[in-house]
Amino acid sequence: MWNSLFPNIDMQDLWVATYETFYMTILALIGTFIFGILLGLLLYLTMDGGIWQNKVLNMIVASIVNIFRAIPFIILILLLFPFTDFLIGTIRGPNAALPALIIGSAPFYGRLVEIALKEVDKGVIEAAKAMGAKTKTIIFKVLLPESMPALVSGITVTAINLIGYTAMAGVIGAGGLGNYAYFFGFQRREFDVVFVCTVLIVLIVFLFQFIGDYISNKIDKR
Amino acid sequence: MISIEGLKKVFTTTNNQITAVDDLTLDIKEGDIFGVIGYSGAGKSTFVRLLNRLEEPSAGKIVIDGQELTALSTNQLRITRQEIGMIFQDFNLLWSRTVKENIAFPLEIAGVAKREREDRVLELIELVGLAGRENAYPSQLSGGQKQRVGIARALANRPKVLLCDEATSALDPETTNAILDLLVDINAKLGLTIILITHEMHVIRKICKQVAVMEAGKIVEQGNVRDVFMHPQQRITKKFVEQVMGTGNEHDGVEELINTYDSGNIIRLHFVGETANQAIISRTAKLFNIDINILQGKITQMQQGAYGTLFVQIDGEPKEIARVINHLRDETSVEVEVLRDVE
Repeated sequence: MWNSLFPNIDMQDLWVATYETFYMTILALIGTFIFGILLGLLLYLTMDGGIWQNKVLNMIVASIVNIFRAIPFIILILLLFPFTDFLIGTIRGPNAALPALIIGSAPFYGRLVEIALKEVDKGVIEAAKAMGAKTKTIIFKVLLPESMPALVSGITVTAINLIGYTAMAGVIGAGGLGNYAYFFGFQRREFDVVFVCTVLIVLIVFLFQFIGDYISNKIDKR
Repeated sequence: MISIEGLKKVFTTTNNQITAVDDLTLDIKEGDIFGVIGYSGAGKSTFVRLLNRLEEPSAGKIVIDGQELTALSTNQLRITRQEIGMIFQDFNLLWSRTVKENIAFPLEIAGVAKREREDRVLELIELVGLAGRENAYPSQLSGGQKQRVGIARALANRPKVLLCDEATSALDPETTNAILDLLVDINAKLGLTIILITHEMHVIRKICKQVAVMEAGKIVEQGNVRDVFMHPQQRITKKFVEQVMGTGNEHDGVEELINTYDSGNIIRLHFVGETANQAIISRTAKLFNIDINILQGKITQMQQGAYGTLFVQIDGEPKEIARVINHLRDETSVEVEVLRDVE
């Protein structure tokens, strides 16, 4: 049954491709989370009326974020080839995709982080100041915990974007399901492969969405 | 305890300057409950936020417990702020933390060890009457309970001063009273100085010892609450006093009273902080051979006792009535005005 419907699927290859997609998505997600939070905090703290109010720095960070968000991802990968080669030592395989994936999605997540932080009640921040809290305490004990549900739903949206990006990266040699679908499915005209890869990618997206929604609801005590 | 000298705050917008607090000088004694009343926009909220430098003063000096707040560096200020509690109109609790964790927050900031923190939190929960709600999140609490958490949190580091920024304005009257009772209780138990700003005169009446009336960034009237209630000088103060005492037109119905009740004396009793003889009316009725009939009036309770006016009809022998009036004048602090004499 399986062999007649999907004659060209090699389970071993499919397994490796799925693993690579998870590998790229999860590592890139961790990187995006860290850099996105940093960018978002920087944008939030340096804004007008922020704790570190600084017009120049805010403008610089905002410009970088906007420029990298404007570059189409597929072009960003090509643009970053020399950088990737320098950093990873190769431009092929799942690891080589990571710099582009993180640089491509961190600015997007950074904006989501900024929005989430702006939603934190000003009064609570003021109360923390009135208690004599350091900026570090305000960041780690007020800003981040109080915006956590929004940070989680933001990272969920970003994760789904990232899964799309890994497929694109796959087409130019990064591995994963995108790579498998393109080289083994599309180029060899074996469309059952494309179909199975599509289904798997959709399932992975659902999985991330489900986990993200679950965590976000669980931690929201408002 | 707190001395404020020439305090000023000017907000500069693109095309004009707004003086929110204008050259304010004030002394607040230790253990006092000091009320600042004013309409919104009077600058009272800015004033209270200047006291812990949540707003930076444009000019002036603030000295709290011998420490010049306005001369402190950012870092010193941070540490001093741990000794100044503050509660807010909107409570400003962290929704992500339970009651216990919210109260522990200022202790974490002050670097108190975990065990000590837990003991102190339990103590505070007991003090503000929240036992049994330790593990609730703010969203599961009523407004009054939230403010109790706010108070416990403000008291965590044993402050010398408690600033209340419209602390009861978001609460219903009954809850307001319960919170005010708690503040009086804390003031008495811990002896800390409370500065409270509000736009409601009954809050001042209920718990304050001293009051300052603010208008357009300036204190226009200030003094003992009873004195201010009895002899309001400024138009704005009179309006605030009317909030709790009525419009002061109690003389309107006097003619009618005199016509309706045609026997005996009609007298007006003015209660001005009577505390020693709470049972004046019933005692007088027992002491003398007369009948007392209460016609109309309004009495309200302040920190310093009862305040208000009562119209009564006294029926009996003219001689006996005269003795009653002398007794009231000499033996009690009630001011007596005879509106109709039988003789």
